[in-house]
Amino acid sequence: MLSLGGGGAKSSKPSFVSYITPEEIKSEKEPPKKERHPNLLPGEVVFCSADPILKHTQDDVSQRGIFGTLLCTNFRVSFVSDETPLEETAQHFKNKLYGENDIPLMCVDHIYGVYDEKRKMITGGMLKNKYPSKMIIHCKDLRVFQFCLTFTKEEDARKIFHGIAHHCLEPKSLKCVFAFSYAVSRSPEMQRSQRTVMFDSKEDWAQEMKRTKGNCRIVTENEGFKLSTRLPKYFIIPSSVTDEDLFKFQGKGLPIWCWSHHSGCALFKASTLPVPQEDGVIQRYMERMLDAAAQTHLYSLKIEDLSETLPTVQDIQQSYAKFKQFFLIDNSTDFWVSDVKWFSSVENTGWMDIIRKCLQKAVEVVECLEKENTNILIMEEEGTDLCCVISSLVQIMLDPHYRTLTGFQGLVQKEWVAGCHAFLDRCNHLCQKDKECQSPSPIFLLFLECVWQLVQQHSPAFQFSETYLTVLSDSVHVPVFSTFLFNSAYQRESTLKAESQHPQRGPLNCPAVWDWSVQFDCKAQELFLNPLYADKLKQDKVLRKVPRPKHQRQLSLPSSAFKTPPKKGFFKDETESLKKMLRVKRISRWMASPDSPAANTREFYEAWQRRPLDHHGLLLPWLDGPAVRLWMQRYLRWIPEVQILGGGPVAVTNKMAELLVQVQELRKKLDLKGCLQPEAERVQLQPRPLALARNSLRLSSAFPFASSRNWTFKPVIPTSLLQSLMLTDKLASQEDETTEVISLV
Amino acid sequence: MDPGSNGESPGSRQPSLDSLCSSSTSRSDRSFQTKGPSISSEQNSNSDLSPQLRVKGKPAKTFRDSGKDDVELLPKEVVQDVGKDVTYICPFLGALRGTLTVTNYRLLFRGINREPGVVLDLPLGVISRVDKIGGASSRGDVSYHLFCKDMRNLRFVHKQPDDSLKKSVFEVLTKFAFPVSNNLSLFAFEYNQVFPENGWKVYDPLAEYRRQGLPNESWRISKVNDHYELCDSYPAALVVPVTITDDELRRVAAFRAKGRIPVLSWLHPESQAAVVRCSQPMSGVSGKRCKEDEKLLQAIMDANAQSHKIFIFDARPSVNAAANKMKGGGCESEDAYQNAELVFLDIHNIHVMRESLRKLKEVVYPNIEESHWLSNLESTHWLEHIKLILAGALRIADKVESGKTSVVVHCSDGWDRTAQLTSLSLIMLDSHYRTVTGFQKLIEKEWISFGHRFQQRVGHGDQNHTDADRSPIFLQFIDCVWQMTQQFPAAFEFNEYFLITLLDQLYSCLFGTFLCNSEQQRVKEELVKRTVSVWSLVNSQLEEFVNPLYVHYPAHVLLPSVSIRHLQLWVSYYIRWNPRMRPQEPVHQRYKELLAKRAELQKRVEELQREVANRASTSSERAGSPTRSITPVQTFV
Repeated sequence: MLSLGGGGAKSSKPSFVSYITPEEIKSEKEPPKKERHPNLLPGEVVFCSADPILKHTQDDVSQRGIFGTLLCTNFRVSFVSDETPLEETAQHFKNKLYGENDIPLMCVDHIYGVYDEKRKMITGGMLKNKYPSKMIIHCKDLRVFQFCLTFTKEEDARKIFHGIAHHCLEPKSLKCVFAFSYAVSRSPEMQRSQRTVMFDSKEDWAQEMKRTKGNCRIVTENEGFKLSTRLPKYFIIPSSVTDEDLFKFQGKGLPIWCWSHHSGCALFKASTLPVPQEDGVIQRYMERMLDAAAQTHLYSLKIEDLSETLPTVQDIQQSYAKFKQFFLIDNSTDFWVSDVKWFSSVENTGWMDIIRKCLQKAVEVVECLEKENTNILIMEEEGTDLCCVISSLVQIMLDPHYRTLTGFQGLVQKEWVAGCHAFLDRCNHLCQKDKECQSPSPIFLLFLECVWQLVQQHSPAFQFSETYLTVLSDSVHVPVFSTFLFNSAYQRESTLKAESQHPQRGPLNCPAVWDWSVQFDCKAQELFLNPLYADKLKQDKVLRKVPRPKHQRQLSLPSSAFKTPPKKGFFKDETESLKKMLRVKRISRWMASPDSPAANTREFYEAWQRRPLDHHGLLLPWLDGPAVRLWMQRYLRWIPEVQILGGGPVAVTNKMAELLVQVQELRKKLDLKGCLQPEAERVQLQPRPLALARNSLRLSSAFPFASSRNWTFKPVIPTSLLQSLMLTDKLASQEDETTEVISLV
Repeated sequence: MDPGSNGESPGSRQPSLDSLCSSSTSRSDRSFQTKGPSISSEQNSNSDLSPQLRVKGKPAKTFRDSGKDDVELLPKEVVQDVGKDVTYICPFLGALRGTLTVTNYRLLFRGINREPGVVLDLPLGVISRVDKIGGASSRGDVSYHLFCKDMRNLRFVHKQPDDSLKKSVFEVLTKFAFPVSNNLSLFAFEYNQVFPENGWKVYDPLAEYRRQGLPNESWRISKVNDHYELCDSYPAALVVPVTITDDELRRVAAFRAKGRIPVLSWLHPESQAAVVRCSQPMSGVSGKRCKEDEKLLQAIMDANAQSHKIFIFDARPSVNAAANKMKGGGCESEDAYQNAELVFLDIHNIHVMRESLRKLKEVVYPNIEESHWLSNLESTHWLEHIKLILAGALRIADKVESGKTSVVVHCSDGWDRTAQLTSLSLIMLDSHYRTVTGFQKLIEKEWISFGHRFQQRVGHGDQNHTDADRSPIFLQFIDCVWQMTQQFPAAFEFNEYFLITLLDQLYSCLFGTFLCNSEQQRVKEELVKRTVSVWSLVNSQLEEFVNPLYVHYPAHVLLPSVSIRHLQLWVSYYIRWNPRMRPQEPVHQRYKELLAKRAELQKRVEELQREVANRASTSSERAGSPTRSITPVQTFV
């Protein structure tokens, strides 16, 4: 079994024996003692290097490897092979910043040293003087590297080992992050993604409110972050909040507007205030906030305290730490051993359950907005973790705009980046040790996981592909983008200003992750688009002008919601009793129901199911056991044992793309002849259908990751089959042709 | 096929809960309800789940029930009894009142108090057991539990009839559900629907061997089993090495369990490596040997010049093989068979498999425990068994393809695990078997003609539900095929619906294909004359069963991943009765949309082309070829 639970130290590891002796290598290798470098990025500096280093291939059986040079720079750990690379054609999906043998420093998760056949985790604080014979690096994007240090000079080996351990594991300051060395050397002409709304200007917010027909007020008082450093520069609150209240608790407890439903009700999020004091100041303040959130819209208000119903950020961190271990596979033996108890192991980590809970919570919120047309206020301690997850999911389920590529990016900007999710702390980019105030936790990844579930269940509703989500989850650990480097809008602005070389010319120009051209060329970016996407031409425009017929249908559905308060509805009179409750204790969850959460929303699901399928309407996730699945592409892409050659989803994508091209070609032909009526039947297709390699037989299920030439065409046959299924009961030893009747009832 | 009416328009509707629930009439049960307005129209919204298959057959009789509901009956189907005021306890919708109709083929329940009407329509063959729960209660209610072979249980309650002499509808049902136990004939022998295609003509053994290049200089077709004298569970035509005489074969038959001698299943077109199947050798505790058997295996090895080795794959765990010695069976010793390597594939026996499926049913029906779904699934071991079977087939295919080595596959009797392994490895090796007709031939050959005991394993019409010979071996095979279709979505010509239809027809007793235990019995029962083949149905409406993504790569060998990480529970089969499990194939639907779009555009382009051609005399400009001139995308983006 894999040993889990953080420590990860393995007791009985199979030994790593190289069948090539160092002498052999010396004789084999001519000494073209030339400094080997990867193509360094602007601003990148090499700290140390060593050669020859043997990099093991993941294929455990052969124990083969490649010799080369191992380097550590201020951006990455890089391995440069001595072998001249084979034809580069296999690389469909090349990242311009780092190659398949590079690990951005921030992407290093854990380093293990193998000392006398024993694997020990290297921790930053207590660096061993002795360097290990072998270094195993686990990456946050789930790659596993094994470098054998025994062939190089002792001094070099020690240097490179200490160098890598130091730069990857020791706490560092924000200024040391590569982005600040990299950005200075970038030409300012580099446009950041033009079409993604960044939500860093008043206009962006105004436009968003207009788009959703929201009816709230834009706060400009935080332009200089005088109100709060934990709030965006601009944000939106209910109109009736007074200026006095605005400044009362540094923005804590303010209902921050997220999104407005077409019925007029809206979604708000808020951070919680400390436990109310005797004097009742906080209670009265909160009452006014609730009133504001409810009355502006003449709707009832529901409050959902996420910290009481969802796992904590620490739970999420612990669960993921266990979960990811199952994908960081060092060798085949481990792989097949962990295959045996696979399902229960995955379940025991609780990660899938956390995903399900988040989606379930989002569905509950969606139901309030869509069916009951109540305003809803989601709350948690800071209001920037699970609030971001839930509010983003709700918006994706309700608003097709967020299922487009740029719409989705805008949503991440709105809720996460401008919304002050503490990326720096949560991702622990700086390797801070103080766990108390830090709590690293993969909240953003959790959000992407939930989105992936929606994408795999409702593929035609999304313009982006799962590859896009996988790449986005990797990009979090590439220390180049301003997007994921900061804890708040304030920190982002002040740091970029401070780090600027030419303060007169404005803040440092650090690219957003949405400028995908930084990482990928146009062709690779095509893989971000989903060829199955059923786009509607100019839908938004049409919808804004014409009253959406969809609404009537939606409204006509559970019409009872308007007349009689549904049993769990929270209406005016109930607001009063809530206020009373508030006087005695903190706001707590009262949507609590004795029946299971699934039962709560079942009726809502059924009503939704009965409606015609509309990829541009409401989207609900399926949450029953088998419906919530493992994100295979992200988690299994680097494991050679699970690659399916000539198969996998890419086989479908390929076929689909091919057909799309043909349809488009035909349409164009008709267009040329001017015979195609510009009528409504013109379903808009993807602007650029993918032009993948024609021969999908050579692609594997890991496409577009882990280039295919690495995979042998040998089938992967499990080692020791019997071990996998030990049945010792009576039945197993029975004969096939038994005449004895056994009762099975 | 009328594209407009079949409700196939992809995803145009989502199934309502009611209709889904009523779709407990399995997806294909209703498939040959000839153009029935009654059942299908009530479940309009369900039609995208269960493509209505229309067969131009004789107009079926209509049975009038309570004056308004028309029941479309199949030819020769006769209503046996109607129970008014029966309550169906649906695990998803609760109690539903309605009418229960029993014919000599089906059970039909119609709800009366719900809109849209709930309809339950299933062939009686699917029922494995009818239990009366307790006696009549104080209110005079009688309750029945039906256990079905297709992963569901049904519960009905009805009033005890006042006239105690009259049989209740359930007694009638029990009689017709188990015709074999009640000295009635299976409905397949009554049913005489005429289809445009004759499915009995699909498989001709000699033609299939000819396709493989047989006979050739190394292999001959022996007539030794022409009258099933050598082996009563083998087909008449057997392919054996030319160097072995029929007399020698007879002596081999005495040494192999049930006379199932090593014969060829498949020959590699290039390397001449062969897949050979048989039963275990009767070596026993004393390690008996048989010279002719050793010679036969040597001959099989010699027929392949590429390799000086032969692999014997014993499907069983080695412990079980050893245990078999006590009963006179066993496995080949490497002393006796030189150049042979014996490999055990650790696949468990039919009893283990039956138990595993029983556990699986507990886990998935009717409700799924959400938070423990994965560990519950694991505890059934179902996917673990699937993994072992696939892994075994993969090893066989690998030896034949990469090792260019001939292989011999057997288990104990060679009709369960052996059939699974040979047929799966053949699917991996030979793309022909991934086509609709090729797959039909494969089943006819490896399963039906080589004596997989369908009658025993399924227990057609037999009320002895505890029969230890029942086992879901064929279901497992289909599941394995489905796993491969998931891993290679473009490699199979048929779709998921095809596989589900096969499984439904396996139990329905409507067709003769899956009846009897051997070719000998089938000949004796004159199945070809007296029953209809399931392939008649399939091949008469092929378009329903075709995978739109299929690409034919002739020489593509499939090497599936057998890691449990890649195996999934086949939700749309095992959990299809649960309305909360929406079977969906958005990819296929979208693909079909695009295909339709392309066809439409192509047509229009061609029309224009014609117009242009007509006026060509005045215009020098000519458009390119109407359909295929596809330019790279970038040029017009």
